[in-house]
Amino acid sequence: MNALGTLPKPVATACPYCGVGCGVLMTADASGAITASGDPDHPANRGRLCVKGSALGETIGLEGRLLHPMIRSRSGTLERVSWDSALSATAEGLSRIARTHGPDAAAFYLSGQLLTEDYYAANKLMKGFVGTANVDTNSRLCMASSVAGHRRGFGSDTVPGTYEDLDEADLLVLVGSNAAWCHPILWQRMLATKQARGARIVVIDPRKTATSADADLMLAIRPGMDAALFSGLLVHLAETGALDRAYIDAHTTGLDQALARAREIAPTLAATAITCGLPEADVATLFAWFTANPRVVTLYSQGVNQSAQGTDKVSAILNCHLATGRIGRVGMGPFSLTGQPNAMGGREVGGLANMLAAHMGFSGTEIDRVGRFWGAPRMAEREGLKAIQMFDAVEAGSIKALWVMATNPAVSLPRADAVRRAMAGLDHFVVSENMLSNDTVNSGAHILLPAAAWGEKDGTVTNSERRISRQRPFLPLPGETRPDWWIIAEVAKRMGYGEAFDWPDVASIFREHAALSSFENRGSRDFDIGGFSHLSNSDYEVLAPVQWPVRTPTDLGDKRFFAEGGFFTPDARARFIAIDQPDLKAEPDPAFPYLLNTGRMRDHWHTMTRTGKAPTLGRHRVEPLLEIHPDDAAVEGLAAGDLAEVTSTHGKATLRVAVEPGQSRGSLFAPIHWNGETASHGRIGALVQPFTDPWSGQPEMKATPVSLTRVAPGLEGFILSHGAVDLPAGTVWARAAIDGGLGTVFAAPQGLDAPALARTLKPEGGSISEFEDAARGVYRAAIFDGERLVAVLFAALGGRPSWSWIETQFGAPELSPLARKALLSGRSPDGLADAGPTICACFAIGLTAIKAAIAHGACDVDAVGVALKAGTNCGSCRPEIKRVIETLNGQARTLA
Amino acid sequence: MSERLVIIGNGMAAAKLVEEIGKLGLGRYSILVIGAEPMLAYNRVLLSSLLAGEVARDDMVLKNRDWWRAQGVTLLYGEAATAIDTHARTVVLDSGKIIPFDRLVIATGSTPIRLPKPGMDLPGVLTFRDHDDVSAMLDATSPVTRAVVIGGGLLGIEAAHGLSKTGARVTLIHLMDRLMERQLDPEAAVLLRRELEARGIEIMLGADTAAVEGDACVEAVRLTDGRVLPADMVISAVGIRPNAELARAAGLAVNRGIVVDDGLATSDPAISALGECAEHRGTCYGLVEPAYDQAKVLAARLCGRPAAYAGTVLATNLKVSGMPVFSAGDFIGAEGTEAIIYRDPGLATYRKLVLKDDVPVGTVLVGETGDGLWYLDLIRRGEKLGPLREAIVFGRSFAEAA
Repeated sequence: MNALGTLPKPVATACPYCGVGCGVLMTADASGAITASGDPDHPANRGRLCVKGSALGETIGLEGRLLHPMIRSRSGTLERVSWDSALSATAEGLSRIARTHGPDAAAFYLSGQLLTEDYYAANKLMKGFVGTANVDTNSRLCMASSVAGHRRGFGSDTVPGTYEDLDEADLLVLVGSNAAWCHPILWQRMLATKQARGARIVVIDPRKTATSADADLMLAIRPGMDAALFSGLLVHLAETGALDRAYIDAHTTGLDQALARAREIAPTLAATAITCGLPEADVATLFAWFTANPRVVTLYSQGVNQSAQGTDKVSAILNCHLATGRIGRVGMGPFSLTGQPNAMGGREVGGLANMLAAHMGFSGTEIDRVGRFWGAPRMAEREGLKAIQMFDAVEAGSIKALWVMATNPAVSLPRADAVRRAMAGLDHFVVSENMLSNDTVNSGAHILLPAAAWGEKDGTVTNSERRISRQRPFLPLPGETRPDWWIIAEVAKRMGYGEAFDWPDVASIFREHAALSSFENRGSRDFDIGGFSHLSNSDYEVLAPVQWPVRTPTDLGDKRFFAEGGFFTPDARARFIAIDQPDLKAEPDPAFPYLLNTGRMRDHWHTMTRTGKAPTLGRHRVEPLLEIHPDDAAVEGLAAGDLAEVTSTHGKATLRVAVEPGQSRGSLFAPIHWNGETASHGRIGALVQPFTDPWSGQPEMKATPVSLTRVAPGLEGFILSHGAVDLPAGTVWARAAIDGGLGTVFAAPQGLDAPALARTLKPEGGSISEFEDAARGVYRAAIFDGERLVAVLFAALGGRPSWSWIETQFGAPELSPLARKALLSGRSPDGLADAGPTICACFAIGLTAIKAAIAHGACDVDAVGVALKAGTNCGSCRPEIKRVIETLNGQARTLA
Repeated sequence: MSERLVIIGNGMAAAKLVEEIGKLGLGRYSILVIGAEPMLAYNRVLLSSLLAGEVARDDMVLKNRDWWRAQGVTLLYGEAATAIDTHARTVVLDSGKIIPFDRLVIATGSTPIRLPKPGMDLPGVLTFRDHDDVSAMLDATSPVTRAVVIGGGLLGIEAAHGLSKTGARVTLIHLMDRLMERQLDPEAAVLLRRELEARGIEIMLGADTAAVEGDACVEAVRLTDGRVLPADMVISAVGIRPNAELARAAGLAVNRGIVVDDGLATSDPAISALGECAEHRGTCYGLVEPAYDQAKVLAARLCGRPAAYAGTVLATNLKVSGMPVFSAGDFIGAEGTEAIIYRDPGLATYRKLVLKDDVPVGTVLVGETGDGLWYLDLIRRGEKLGPLREAIVFGRSFAEAA
């Protein structure tokens, strides 16, 4: 836990998880422990927080943190160096590679975790000074298709609506979104709208989820067919006279071509239903509701974006809203739910390789404009490589220098094993990180730069509704950690660009970013926060959450876009898009008969570098699951709790089987979170195919053909320990934070010498309490250092009990004899009377029962015997019973 | 007039028999109890507690004089029976008195064995059987007393513990490689040894007594390996021998003990035997519980009710204060059995349950024996455990809460 003393008052900052962008108040209690609560003044959440946000206080400990710069030595070990050495080596490597092999041999891979100011600094360095647009971000995996769809339809990457529209809608259509788990606070707002307005909720998703559980209509669509459904809807709107001709004529172009294509894809309701694998009546219901309710918000997330046709899916949705003029007005519009706290900020600064900066692209005018603003010597002249191609280029050796900031591509990218290998071959591999160890660091990073973490950083983030919030530090910088913007600026200075990166503080970067957004803008670009170009440091400090555009310091107009047209295309008209025939890039075949869908669990986020620290969040799912339909499970001979090896052409994972009737047949689901630090065989990215959308470059992460094999789990069990425990190769394990340490679950298909493993956990002078039922393959051990429990090992053939009660005993200074026994029984002793020391051995009567009998009137030894039989066999306990009676009588007299 | 029932022996078995007869047929017999020890029947199990100073002499009395009177029993103690005339149906006392009987019960118990080694008859060599033995030990001990206890069985350990509590420096020597080898498995025996050592008792295993040495009284114990242990007192606790001489002399069938059938009848149907002097189905028991089981059966039969004794699955409770040890049945684990073990060295706890085809057949418990009787009951019932197995080793409350 970071020492903080007492906070004078709660610090208002922004949550580091999803794109909802909730405000959180961080408060220290008298003991110095810091807890998170929802900020009642923040418009995104109005005081609410989801379970992840609520557990933020558990994630700020320094366990495993990278606290000083490190450089990998010739022997391969990471060694501590000074900041100056690390920064100089980073700068020297970048300069050398760019000089020798050209600027395009260098790349940055950034993150929606970075603050806008960090992002701005990195983007400026690469695109203006190194001279390459090889700056991409993990947002490529998240909402790049929404960006591309927006730009194609609107001429700009504009989210037209606001969260208030969710409160004012009559129909909420969620496409490819498990908002109940992934955007819980917005989901609560939607449920409130359902309560308050009687709004209906429709969920379109191949699998039933926590979100669909509360839906009025659930459409379990065939994977990849979302655009067919919305094509069918467009046709239906046209044929039922539901088009808004006035809006279409005044503000759009291209409807005829788009509609003609839609008719080819989904000519009739019946055809739509067949293509989408849905009951016709359900499709009819959706169409009827959509037609009848002007106030409709269509929300979409990764089920739409993470597709090789993600941009077309977005366009198919936008087409329907444009065709009905339902955009930019209260309670209606398309709404992209972003996954990361600052995906939107990254889009604003140009953190994507196909954007230059401040929502400008790579036209000559724009390159010139940005170049003049930056005073940049070497502007990138064309789009850079998007994430998948970027790592292909790393693999091919054409990118030789890579700087990864605040993300874990060795886990999250498709073909993650290949990515890991590719990075190992880099000439110059720099990672800015919070953690000393993760899959990316362990892919052979040459230079580790210790970055400040959430809670220590100062800057701004932008949420899904374009609301800029301040992220404020409430913790001191630990060790030698520094903010990302400072690290980038220091490297830029060492590369000879000191003047352009000489920011005294983070507010000056924000002002520069704001000034660029309004530079020669004059209404030509949606993103304009010129009103902040001269924001004072003190006003920046207290900046309240605000939606852009902020064109002037007093810009308080409606923040919605496009109700009256005004699109950011040359003719100011929106474009209807004639989309391609919906299709998956790869279909199942006999060798790989299932489609693997990937996504999030309720209580984890991304690759768990943060949520993995919180015991509260680890309890929901300890290990990675594979969800499968019961019929498919039966075909494969799998039962809930079995292990299954899932194989694609790219990689393998071994996961715990969860039989879920909510899965569609032929479709599997696995979570994205587990990685080399938290599971031995849970890297789902390793299986994912690299096919990308031609417009957005976003990979199709939700439909990879895979095969399944049952793995006999062999000996199974868990270990609770203070530190990570090394398990023999071949053991399938997963690890989660618990109170006071780590919980590791394991399965050893080839067996495991559990007693020997327990002995490796025993400290010098410690003792082991054991339980064995060897015939059943049961072995349990509690390992003590003196009186203190330091480790617990449970192993058995065929399943394992819960550790929930054991966890409560972990870290206790001393355990009662009953608790020690209960520990190995795996059961809480609550409700079991503690019999106390045995007095009558013949009839197993304890002191507790004897005292109770005396209290109930047994006045002598014989009376106790009548009541309990105690003392009526061998009689050796009679003197002791007599003493108990005398003692109690003595006490009674004293009390009287 | 009531039938005359004479009981030779005034120990725990006799007291139990009288108690049980009282419940079933008070008044049916006129009962005479003949006891050699000059006192009321007392709880022999408490002798080590008496030695240790944990109980008073009076606390050991099983039943007071009024109780005996209420049962209609004539007590004749301090007099030993010297002969039984099966034809005349009489018992002869050492005073020469002749007691006639209709029914006779022999409950003469057992006598400690003295090793057939030189010097075992020296003054200072004691056994551990009755009040007199304890009195002799208490008279002889002081903080400088060096006591050697020969025999690491139940009795020897209890004697060693009691002596140690008096302040004597105690060495326990045992021929076998572990303590209580007939009641404990090696692991349990090690725990017990450690616990005894922690209480200041020196334990020597594999120690074979060659002789007790001394001129006028005990001075040392010499082992066959040549070691000599200085001793002011030697306690022989190497076993017991059934007191069957009276029966043998009367012409009753006797092997090691007095042979009885399932009705506890000797070869003379009017004469019964029970307790440590009896031999049932080839077994002579040395514990109180079989004697009590036998007393119940015999009382029923004497009162004309059908009852049969089929033997007792032996359970051992070591009654040394603060050092619970329990074992029953096949605690070692023969071929084809499975063991469930729970051990916590930090709490000096060890529990082992032996199963055969999922049926409990034996157990050994150290450190915590509260569940011993429950296990014993399960062993006697002989049913498969099923789901009870999962937590059974943690005890009844855990297993049944499952």
